[in-house]
Amino acid sequence: MTGPGDIAYDVAHLLGGAMLLVGFVMLGQRRIGALIAALAAQGVLLALAAFWQGHVQAAPQLYLTGLIALLAKGIAIPLVLHRLAGELPPPLRTEAPGRMGAGLVLGVGLVGLAMLVVVPATTGAGALARVDLSMALSILLLGALMMVTRRSALAHVAGLLTIENGLILAAVGVAGMPLVVELSAGGLVLVVALIAGVFARQMRERFASLDPGVLDRHRGEGR
Amino acid sequence: MMATFLALLTQILHAAFILAAAPLVVGGVRWVKARLLGRRGPHPLQPLRDLLKLLRKRPVLADGSSVVTRATPYVALAATLLAALLVPGFAQGMALAPVADLILIAGLLALARMALALAGHDAGTAFGGLGAAREMTFAAFAEPALLASVLVLAVLAGSSNLDAIAALFREGSLGIRVSLLFVLLALMAVALAENARVPVDNPATHLELTMVHEAMLLEASGRHLALWEAQAALKLTVWLALLAAIFLPFGAAPAGAGPIGWVVGLVLWGAKMALLAVALAVFETSIAKMRVFRVPEFLGAALLLALLAAALVFITTGLA
Repeated sequence: MTGPGDIAYDVAHLLGGAMLLVGFVMLGQRRIGALIAALAAQGVLLALAAFWQGHVQAAPQLYLTGLIALLAKGIAIPLVLHRLAGELPPPLRTEAPGRMGAGLVLGVGLVGLAMLVVVPATTGAGALARVDLSMALSILLLGALMMVTRRSALAHVAGLLTIENGLILAAVGVAGMPLVVELSAGGLVLVVALIAGVFARQMRERFASLDPGVLDRHRGEGR
Repeated sequence: MMATFLALLTQILHAAFILAAAPLVVGGVRWVKARLLGRRGPHPLQPLRDLLKLLRKRPVLADGSSVVTRATPYVALAATLLAALLVPGFAQGMALAPVADLILIAGLLALARMALALAGHDAGTAFGGLGAAREMTFAAFAEPALLASVLVLAVLAGSSNLDAIAALFREGSLGIRVSLLFVLLALMAVALAENARVPVDNPATHLELTMVHEAMLLEASGRHLALWEAQAALKLTVWLALLAAIFLPFGAAPAGAGPIGWVVGLVLWGAKMALLAVALAVFETSIAKMRVFRVPEFLGAALLLALLAAALVFITTGLA
């Protein structure tokens, strides 16, 4: 039933791929504002993926997941981050140039790695679940890569949320995930985003910067 | 016998249509761009008039220019024309369809590009060399992206023949593939770079900091300039037809369809080309020209997308 040419497979595949593409767009963005816009787009795509899975699997709780994703990740969190970014002085709203190419190459390597890991590990599962899972793992790794390579705390928040988007994408692809897990994961994200926002604001007020590197000195490390 | 005759007839008609479309595509894009910017804009047929005017003029050759300057316009135009004949338009299964290999088309376009770069170098002026150097720098990224995209299409369709790919995609049995989405984006980026369109190069200026394509043509004049302009227009048309053939393949008539099928195919082909041309104009007016040093990054991203599509297609064909 599930394979290329089947509409259930195709749309899920396309939504997952679009999320992966947005992940790469985020990885290649220098401006924080554009990064947050891409994050919002990824949240909306995740909501669509959840709605579609709810439709395909006839699982109404996934509609709720989609609604949470749409409201929290597509609208609320990007708005808050946008406001935080707007308070920054303009030089801090961009990343230093000349660091993006290597990040993108690393990202492609990570996607290859995700596929090499997922495909042999899931023999026996349906094609839909396998492809969805490999894409989800790729998105997760891209988020982790963004947290490693970026310097701004806001980009770190975006990376964290990308990781979470990948997790939810993996979760909605699997049939019969309990609603409790779903809701607690969603709540966790909200709390994490809230803490990250407070942290970023505090940091900006104390150190006039969003580069976590400045914290090293205050911990007595190097420099 | 009859089939051969029909294939030959569609091929001749296709040649006529694509040659007629070329100046109209360039003029149409300019006209739509002007309207979007609130100007009246020149008549869409203005490139054709310019071409006819230039064709009547004798070229003025720079001191020290060699046979390269005289020969390259013909080489480039011939290579582009051959590529144009190979890309399916209103009909499929044309006489040259068996040799319509995507790698061959890429090679012909690369040949035309090489001729252009040589022409830029030949007079020995600084601008020509600068433009040629930039063009080749971009080509170093655009060519692998194009070839990786061809690889993906060939794996999906089981053949690198463009006619076979278009026929298979027309049936729609492949479904929607993420790798196709990535290939589409990569090919669009390559098309913008190859045709010196806005984010990469501005076809309407002679600003030394940014120009690539025009810098190589500064020494061309008269008949030679007309040939270069015709080549550029034809190349743009070939790229739009290529994108239409691969990603909007519906409605193309089989060679044996007869006049009614051909007319339907032609109308749809015209609509697809017009759609792509308008999309190009809208895209060009809504985006700013990027710095020259950012272009390799832009094309590198296209290359990465194509490679990603290749990875995905290898995985998913192994699965399904």
